[in-house]
Amino acid sequence: MEAQSQVVDRLRSSFRSGVTLPEQFRQTQLSRLLSMLKENEEKILAALHDDLAKPKFEAVLSEVELVLGEVHYAISNLRSWMQLEYCAKNMATKLDDCFVRREPLGVVLIIGTWNYPLQLVLSPMIGAIAAGNCVIVKPSEVSPATDRLIAELIPKYLSQDCYAVVSGGAEETKALLQHRFDHIFYTGSQAVARCILQAASVHLTPVTLELGGKCPSVVYGRVNIVAAARRLIWAKFFNAGQSCVAPDYVLCSKATCDTLVPALRAALQDFYGTEPQTCPDLSRIVSQKHWTRLVELLEKSKAKVVVGGETDEEDKYIAPTVVVDVAEDDVLMQEEIFGPILPIITVESLEKVIDFINSREKPLALYVFSDESSVINTVLEKTSSGGFCSNDGIIHMTLPGLPFGGVGASGWGSYHGRWGFETFSHRRACMMRGWALERLNGLRYPPYRDDKLSWLRWTTRTNCSIM
Amino acid sequence: MSREEQAVARARKAFDTGRSKSLEHRIRQLRNLQRLLSERQKEISEAIKKDLNKSEVVIQLYETLGLEEEINLAIRKLKEWAAPRPVEKNLLTISDTVYIKPEPLGVVLIIGAWNYPWAVTIQPLIGAIAAGNAAVVKPSEVCVHTAKVMEELLPAYIDKELYPVVSGGVSETQELLRQRFDHIFYTGNSVVGKVIMEAAAKHLTPVTLELGGKSPCYIDKNCDISIACRRVAWGKYTNCGQTCIAPDYILCEPSIQDQVIEEITKSIKEFYTENPQTCPDYGRIINQRHFKRIMAMLDDSLVAVGGDSDESDCYIAPTVLRDVKPEAKVMQEEIFGPLLPILPVSGLDEAIKLINKGEKPLALYVFTPDDKMIKRIEDETSSGGLMANDCLVHYSVSSLPFGGVGNSGMGCYHGKFSFDQLSHLRGCLIKKLNKEGMNNMRYPPHTSKKLGWARFFILKSIDLGWIGRMALLAILVGVAAVVLQNYLK
Repeated sequence: MEAQSQVVDRLRSSFRSGVTLPEQFRQTQLSRLLSMLKENEEKILAALHDDLAKPKFEAVLSEVELVLGEVHYAISNLRSWMQLEYCAKNMATKLDDCFVRREPLGVVLIIGTWNYPLQLVLSPMIGAIAAGNCVIVKPSEVSPATDRLIAELIPKYLSQDCYAVVSGGAEETKALLQHRFDHIFYTGSQAVARCILQAASVHLTPVTLELGGKCPSVVYGRVNIVAAARRLIWAKFFNAGQSCVAPDYVLCSKATCDTLVPALRAALQDFYGTEPQTCPDLSRIVSQKHWTRLVELLEKSKAKVVVGGETDEEDKYIAPTVVVDVAEDDVLMQEEIFGPILPIITVESLEKVIDFINSREKPLALYVFSDESSVINTVLEKTSSGGFCSNDGIIHMTLPGLPFGGVGASGWGSYHGRWGFETFSHRRACMMRGWALERLNGLRYPPYRDDKLSWLRWTTRTNCSIM
Repeated sequence: MSREEQAVARARKAFDTGRSKSLEHRIRQLRNLQRLLSERQKEISEAIKKDLNKSEVVIQLYETLGLEEEINLAIRKLKEWAAPRPVEKNLLTISDTVYIKPEPLGVVLIIGAWNYPWAVTIQPLIGAIAAGNAAVVKPSEVCVHTAKVMEELLPAYIDKELYPVVSGGVSETQELLRQRFDHIFYTGNSVVGKVIMEAAAKHLTPVTLELGGKSPCYIDKNCDISIACRRVAWGKYTNCGQTCIAPDYILCEPSIQDQVIEEITKSIKEFYTENPQTCPDYGRIINQRHFKRIMAMLDDSLVAVGGDSDESDCYIAPTVLRDVKPEAKVMQEEIFGPLLPILPVSGLDEAIKLINKGEKPLALYVFTPDDKMIKRIEDETSSGGLMANDCLVHYSVSSLPFGGVGNSGMGCYHGKFSFDQLSHLRGCLIKKLNKEGMNNMRYPPHTSKKLGWARFFILKSIDLGWIGRMALLAILVGVAAVVLQNYLK
């Protein structure tokens, strides 16, 4: 098996050869990625089921289709993304060519994670390939079946000189980070992100950090409680709550809580039946370690379980659970839940809702359910978050026009669609001057004089539109 | 609480009141900054002259003129920059509102540099204010008089809680870096850049690093050597070579080396007279430490022009070195001084090889009439910026992003790029609670029919004009009615 440094060196010399630069090469690789997904859908679904008991529906929608959508989008738009972008000029530079050229960075590292093991590795990879880089992908070892499948398929379909998969755990990842990359794209936790950033600082490597946080879901004011509950349940229990943009907890008034809980119960029953453990449409927790973590949270919590609460260790099963009477300092409110437990915290005014949100770290997503647009606008204006969605959850991340990423503790940088291409590109400012008008240049040369300065001020004014 | 901690805490408290966010506030502060530059030009210039021996005209040209332009641009364009930016939607969100909302990050730390102290410290501040942030400004302690003037003048014109000036040296900067910021904007060298990035890791703070490097300058033998050399000499010896994008060294064929030296010599005389030390338009090295650093580089190279110096005056003459080898001392780090080495190369191939052996520079210059040659350099090298047939000027075009890549930096600014760099671009999807029926296709219990519809609706993306959107909506409503009626019960 190839040593890590050999892989990095090989990719670096491939990059230096210029093979990834032409549009045709990138299009070919993207098309092969398309084939890879289409020809192996069954294998992919099986691996995802192995790792997370992912229902076929969820796997198809959130893993396969999402990635297919991104590849198609990149293929259709690559040419326009690669085009030179000509810029506005001032009068002194009117006769020059000023443009921005998108260039690949070199060899980039993408570190995936386990909750959407295929999407979170391939989606950034699409941006990296489209931008003309060589890519090393490090899938998460916590989802081993998908890890193995990615390691098998990528070399089969994509150029082995330019793209490689490195598998392994924490030790291998640490070793990988000793090498020099031109960009590191990491999805995962804040604790590991700090290590990544430290390793990156050694080589001044730019990073993109897609982290998480506790995504608040505000339910406030006049609201169609049935519709809100259904959308909330869907977004929360998709992948058994193991989504970085899952609504983590609910903020609402006591009165709303009283109508919300029965609506949540009804929606849960509609979706997963009366025996959710037998329902094929509900995922499982990814590992014993995470199952234990979640069960312990439930045990230590002082909140009251009003829906669900059942668990099964052998099956790594936790029932969709709703808890109320949650204190602000309850153990469920200490870190991102990342599981099928939905705490409801009651606060009695919109101001208190906003204070609650703002006294915590900026989340990756923020949700507001309300029929009153003033409520939505107030929360939007007075808070900050990676992304924002009113009256639904998760779905904003399927729009390639929106940059998907965090802010503050929830992350740095963004991707999806063109944003992925830009993340893995360098925008090189280019200016092409001619040889004429050297006399005009004379204004700027020493000996310096006040009258020269006045002329220069006039020519560099940007809003002069005579010429 | 230390002084630094207090300043940051006050700035955060002021930011939390929300007053930096309104457009009126931002424009008012920018106008105040404008007034500062025009009303206090004299004090600003006197301080810079004491620090760097720059003349009045030079100061206006290279420090304040650019700032005035940036402020004007920001004031004029702020409404547009800060407005929600609509983006394309997919079929399912066709009747929803989808846009990117630019928002302030919070409290930004701006660490300035000493070579163009006003330009590189205030230009990021303009972006920070325009984007609605609070900003702690830390001017470089190396330009002692300018730091003092900044500390006095800024609070007199702009909100002193939102935009405090914290001056000091290494230990004060370290204390600042222990505080939590929402962005750190640093201009300086790569060594300190790494320290900043490592310090930022603790709070996961994003950074913009405007660093430097050795900016190569290739002179093609077929170009107008006289014009090329005049432009290179201007780019090099302005501010005594202490410019992050100064042409660091020249690459050219041996056959033109003598001519290049001759033409540069002519330009030096034209700009700075026979005795640059007495010329008011020629600057000085910032301090003794840098003076010694630069002079040590002369050891193992051949001086063709200049070479004389005066330590008591921190004066180093405009100098050209010939037949320089890649192993020479002067080629080991960014010169940041008035030494111009010429490295003879056999042609463009060797030049490109040499350039690519080094770290990616902040700027790359090529002088040639041959478009194909320029294209090769574009394709086969990388750099923050690329300029053909002149030096430095790309800095002044505010519609070009100014920043490095690799060792020369991360992130960019100027014009709208400053605004975007110091904003959070928040993706927003505004939906209503109606049309719940449509959502049924994504809810469990899952059926393959639902899956088919979901594949079609949820993930297909389009960007239609208004009429197209209306037509599609009509079709969709019709289709949805049929689907709901027959398939999703």
